[in-house]
Amino acid sequence: MNIHRFEKGWLVASLVLIVFFIGTVAYVSAVTGVEMVDDSGGKVDVDNVTDDERFADPRVEQVGENEYDAYVVAQQFIFRPGTNSPIEVPANSTVNFYVTSLDVVHGFQIVGTNVNTMVVPGQVSEITVEFDEPDEHGILCNEYCGSGHASMGGSINVVPEDEWEGGDA
Amino acid sequence: MAYVDKRPLEARVIRVAFAASFLFLGLGGLGGLIQALHRTGYFQFIGEVTDGNYYTVLTSHGVFMVLFFTIFFLVGVFTWALTRGLDRDLNNPRVTKYWITSMCVGAFLTSLAIIGGFTNAIPLEANVLYTMYAPLQAHPLYYIGLTLFVTGTWVAGYDMISTYLRWRSDNPDERIPLKAFMVLTTMLMWYITTLGIAAEVLLFLIPWSVGIVSEVNPTLTRTLFWYFGHAVVYFWLIPAYLLWYTVLPKLSGGRLFSDPLARVVFILFLILSVPVGIHHQYLDPGIPEGFKFVAMTNTMFLLLPSLLTAFTVVASMEHGGRQRGGTGYLGWLRTLPWKNPAFSGMALAGVMFAAGGFSGMINAGMNINYLVHNTFWVPGHFHLTVGTASALTFMAGAYWLVPQLTGKELVSKRLAAVQPFIWFVGMTFMSNAMHRAGLFGMPRRTADPTYSQFSYDPTVGTVSGVNGQIALGGVLLTVSLAIFLYVIARTWFGGERAESPVDAELPSALSGPEHSPKVLDNLKLWVGIAILLVILAYTVPIGYIASDGLWSGSETYPVAIEALEVLL
Repeated sequence: MNIHRFEKGWLVASLVLIVFFIGTVAYVSAVTGVEMVDDSGGKVDVDNVTDDERFADPRVEQVGENEYDAYVVAQQFIFRPGTNSPIEVPANSTVNFYVTSLDVVHGFQIVGTNVNTMVVPGQVSEITVEFDEPDEHGILCNEYCGSGHASMGGSINVVPEDEWEGGDA
Repeated sequence: MAYVDKRPLEARVIRVAFAASFLFLGLGGLGGLIQALHRTGYFQFIGEVTDGNYYTVLTSHGVFMVLFFTIFFLVGVFTWALTRGLDRDLNNPRVTKYWITSMCVGAFLTSLAIIGGFTNAIPLEANVLYTMYAPLQAHPLYYIGLTLFVTGTWVAGYDMISTYLRWRSDNPDERIPLKAFMVLTTMLMWYITTLGIAAEVLLFLIPWSVGIVSEVNPTLTRTLFWYFGHAVVYFWLIPAYLLWYTVLPKLSGGRLFSDPLARVVFILFLILSVPVGIHHQYLDPGIPEGFKFVAMTNTMFLLLPSLLTAFTVVASMEHGGRQRGGTGYLGWLRTLPWKNPAFSGMALAGVMFAAGGFSGMINAGMNINYLVHNTFWVPGHFHLTVGTASALTFMAGAYWLVPQLTGKELVSKRLAAVQPFIWFVGMTFMSNAMHRAGLFGMPRRTADPTYSQFSYDPTVGTVSGVNGQIALGGVLLTVSLAIFLYVIARTWFGGERAESPVDAELPSALSGPEHSPKVLDNLKLWVGIAILLVILAYTVPIGYIASDGLWSGSETYPVAIEALEVLL
């Protein structure tokens, strides 16, 4: 096959670029520990989300010294907790979010950050976030979920450790 | 002799396909303008944010643009390319009439289901967007129309392939002409691609929407959708590639640089387009990370055919520019025919595609997807690819093809000459602002991206600045689109008949097919490899996801509950 030498050079450069891209992603996964949302959150019976012990009373609870589990239910068109009252987490903590849907497909994103996951009925999205300074963050649903979709937002308050008083919604 | 005089029947079919394509382009464009003004807060006349009309517009914009505008154009331009490439008519006029009719009827029914969302007077609604994720449920007519549309394309593929086989039996030893080669590889890719959407719609969504089954598995239907949903983007792009490879070099004043590499590019699309769809589900729960990594690796290699195309297209244009007297490293750019909208549209589309390629490379990266997934960045990206690389190339192609299909000279040439530039400027404003908005977290697919609980914190610029650029870009794009439709309609209905309305001669490549091994033309081999890759990439994930149950896992959320009660 007759390929012009410039074109050969371009082809090689393209392949190097592609392998470099794959390498950077693999590096970020392996070294910095950015893991993809996967099946680790487990499943939930979509017809009985409100009877499930994790989601019957969505909340933030302490599970370790600086480690917390946050359970969030996404439904048309609110986050519980999140929309009617902020999700409160302490500063300098690691929070494992467990998010599920009561009805249709939603999204869960902490605005302006890389905390972002789909929320699919029957599945539990698990995503681990490290919070440092006290701050306020917005959250929003980024997957169209019905006519009230645009109103589906909320907030997370990162409060100083000594002001955190349990996270019941 | 113009195409219309040589093959009147084919010319008629292509005209019907183009008429449908441009009708949906106009309607979809109107939807785009409404969205650009509505979600930026400049002009909201389609009702309250919460009454759903915005999502009726959004569904129509998506479906009309990416399914009907693009695919009607594709079957038209492929009919032209195949019959030109093989120099023979389509095999069987009855088959041809069947597929164009099925596609038109299907598109009409689906449109009716969508547009029904504007009024309660007709009990139809389909505000499920182009991606139609269960458990949001549209009226059955929406899915049935899509089925007729897609099965129409299947018959079109059969029509094209059987025409090729007839040619092959008359020409047992010839290389497949390049235009025909592109058509064949693409239609074969399309059969593999549409298996996903056919399974989703026929096994799950239709039985569920008419009430035969009460639940479906949301992750499974999403996965089947994206099995189709990524490869379909190549179905949008490939007619543009075909025009860049076969027509653009000629319009530049030169010849295609390399026929063998063009074949390699199309084979890569055939084998790599499908086993990548899970990259749209990087952030899905319920799918193990390993499957996502495999999809990402395949996706990265899918950059290769586009990078090769960038080289060949620019090299062919440079050859053309030098044939026209251009010299120096960049001097050849100045001698290119920028006043010819067929040329400038394709060239500018190529420039924007390079930018879209870069944002696409970012999307392809698995972990950076956390930052951009479902933000406004994503529509910013695909308005460069399908919204410009495809759309602007199709418009440019129409300036060259419509005269051949109608036998009439293009009218309003000076107006047409500025149209691609207006599109380019409009899209620069709109797409750039969308990308930036995505980076500070503004979501896509929403009637109103402002929230009572928080405000955005842009690193550069302001929210109102971004909104202003989106609205301005949307208006410029609409002006450009209106000029295009006006010029084409005036040519079609009022142009002067001419013996040969454009110079339709297409020169052969600098490096011809004789420089490539014959194995490139072994379509059975490449289809076999494509199927093998799909099996490798998808069997385990689909099995894993389906083990949760096929017809279980969701309640049902019709987008129009009252309307369904009226019907059932």
